[in-house]
Amino acid sequence: MKLPPGVSASDFAAALEKFAAVVGKEWVFSSQDDVDLYRDSYSPLWHEEDERVPSAAVAPDGVEQIQAIVKIANTYKIPLWTISTGKNLAYGGSSPALSGSVILDLKRMNRILEVNDKNHYALVEPGVSYFDLYHYIQDHKLNVWIDPPDPGWGSPMGNSLERGGGRTPMRDHFASVCGMEIVLANGEVIRTGMGALPESKTWQQYKYGFGPYVDGMFSQSNFGIVTKIGIWLMPSPEAYRDGVVSVPKHDDLIPFVDTLSFLIDSSVVRGTMLLDSPLLSYRASQGGSVLDMPGGPTVAETEKLGQEKGLPYWSMELHFWGPPNVIDAQWEYAKEKFSAIPGATFKDGRYYHFPMEVKDTDAVPWVALGIPSLSVFGLIAGGNGHMDFSPIIPMQAEAVFEVLSAFGKAYADLGIEPKNQFFSLPWCFFPHSFVLLFGFPIAHDVEKNRESRRAFQRLVEVAAEHGWGEYRTHVAFMDAVSNVYSFNNHALRRLHERVKDAIDPNGILSPGKSGIWPKRLRQQRA
Amino acid sequence: MNMKKAAVLLILMLTAATFAWAGPPQEKDSQLERGHKVYDKWCFPCHGTGVGKPGTDALKARGQNPAVLEERTDLTAALINTVVRHGVGFMPVFRKTEISDAELDAIDAYLMRNNKK
Repeated sequence: MKLPPGVSASDFAAALEKFAAVVGKEWVFSSQDDVDLYRDSYSPLWHEEDERVPSAAVAPDGVEQIQAIVKIANTYKIPLWTISTGKNLAYGGSSPALSGSVILDLKRMNRILEVNDKNHYALVEPGVSYFDLYHYIQDHKLNVWIDPPDPGWGSPMGNSLERGGGRTPMRDHFASVCGMEIVLANGEVIRTGMGALPESKTWQQYKYGFGPYVDGMFSQSNFGIVTKIGIWLMPSPEAYRDGVVSVPKHDDLIPFVDTLSFLIDSSVVRGTMLLDSPLLSYRASQGGSVLDMPGGPTVAETEKLGQEKGLPYWSMELHFWGPPNVIDAQWEYAKEKFSAIPGATFKDGRYYHFPMEVKDTDAVPWVALGIPSLSVFGLIAGGNGHMDFSPIIPMQAEAVFEVLSAFGKAYADLGIEPKNQFFSLPWCFFPHSFVLLFGFPIAHDVEKNRESRRAFQRLVEVAAEHGWGEYRTHVAFMDAVSNVYSFNNHALRRLHERVKDAIDPNGILSPGKSGIWPKRLRQQRA
Repeated sequence: MNMKKAAVLLILMLTAATFAWAGPPQEKDSQLERGHKVYDKWCFPCHGTGVGKPGTDALKARGQNPAVLEERTDLTAALINTVVRHGVGFMPVFRKTEISDAELDAIDAYLMRNNKK
């Protein structure tokens, strides 16, 4: 077992004993078998010395217990790595950035405190999963939709705090957060936004409260332990429809993305969409790559292949939620705008009216209908998991061209065949920008993982050279990503760490999270 | 999966034990009911019937027939517990704050309910 750095075995044992007095002996996990349950099943460091492993775990069932735990952690300088449902797979699962941390497992705090289907919000504790919230809404016949991320076993709190994304118009999860309760490192409880008003009736209805808006400080951070979170939901729509737009040529992407951006920012097209290329996918299926590998086919050659096979260069499925007459008009308007591109074609897709009974045997786009699912794991069947490389890039065609060429060259320079498990083309999980989600395969194989890590590290650097940065990353790469966010000699990170030292002087909360290290552990930075 | 884990799983699969409930019938029913409930919450989304169940699809791809866990008659508690607590393939580990040991026992009972006595 790895002890927390600088903590003696006797202090560690004393701390665990005190944790047990707070939560009960059965909720402190310190045997090797139990601690192993907190390893990252998708660790890129599996079987290696540097794998990020905890020393123990403690699972409280309430705010007062958390307050008592942080008091003990301060006394013994025990680093606590907080998890909600612990399903942050591809980004570290339930494992810490600093080996030897004690996992503060909040899964037992799984109460749904309120779901309001008149003003469309929920107030939940950390351990509530998207499945739990969905079933609660179904069981209570509430007229509201959740927006799950692709795997639905995570928590609205964890995913929102990690700034994850879903598929519906509520896709930008942190943007949907309204009000938090937080235990600070000194044990003090704060409520943000309108929650600071003791008799507030609008904690989940108005985000900003009075004075500085601090909620962002508690996302992807180690400044506090969030114990309640308000999430805005979507009124159940009357209908959903989708349709595919395709354009034939490489350079058509320029007006295509301009039109897309206009439609998204005009709220005509909503939700998350994936840029697709039937032509590049075909090229990849024939032994080529979606990326532009040096020495690979030229644009003219690829376009010729597209003509021969009848495949468009670019396409995208657009989604619409709302009253039928509104979404029909939105689709018609989108078609009108894209029709300015010569050769653009359109295909009507699915059309659902709600309420609709969805059976397990129905092949519907679950997540886009607000239904949590694990079907996304079908994409990695046969592997041991994946690690996501997810840079934000401009919502411009030229950036997409640059990505395909820059990452193709990076792989070629590394002498590694691109092994992306997911998508080489961007998504729009967030307004005004694209995000890429490259899935690096993870195996319980040291050599393969070393290769994946080498490629991952290089792509982080290449992306930064082009002005692109990750929106989120695996615990093993938090320093690497933090290192490239270096404007003005890391001024932002230095601010984060000044805040860290001021409000968590013993550095007990999630050291290393997002590359933020407390003073006494700052030498741990990679 | 490493070779050691693969070997353990193979041995467990080849030595499918029979299951006999020692307690009174009423307790058995409530244990099965509890197991069914826990299974529905934690296992069904990946291992159930229907569309988009990657656990079922992965077992099918390995030639497992039936691929749906609830339809199997050869599962053992040792195998189920090993997979839940150690993971396999892209299935991650499940912690005790998610599925307690008692709940895992109930899943075992539920998934072995049709084993030949």
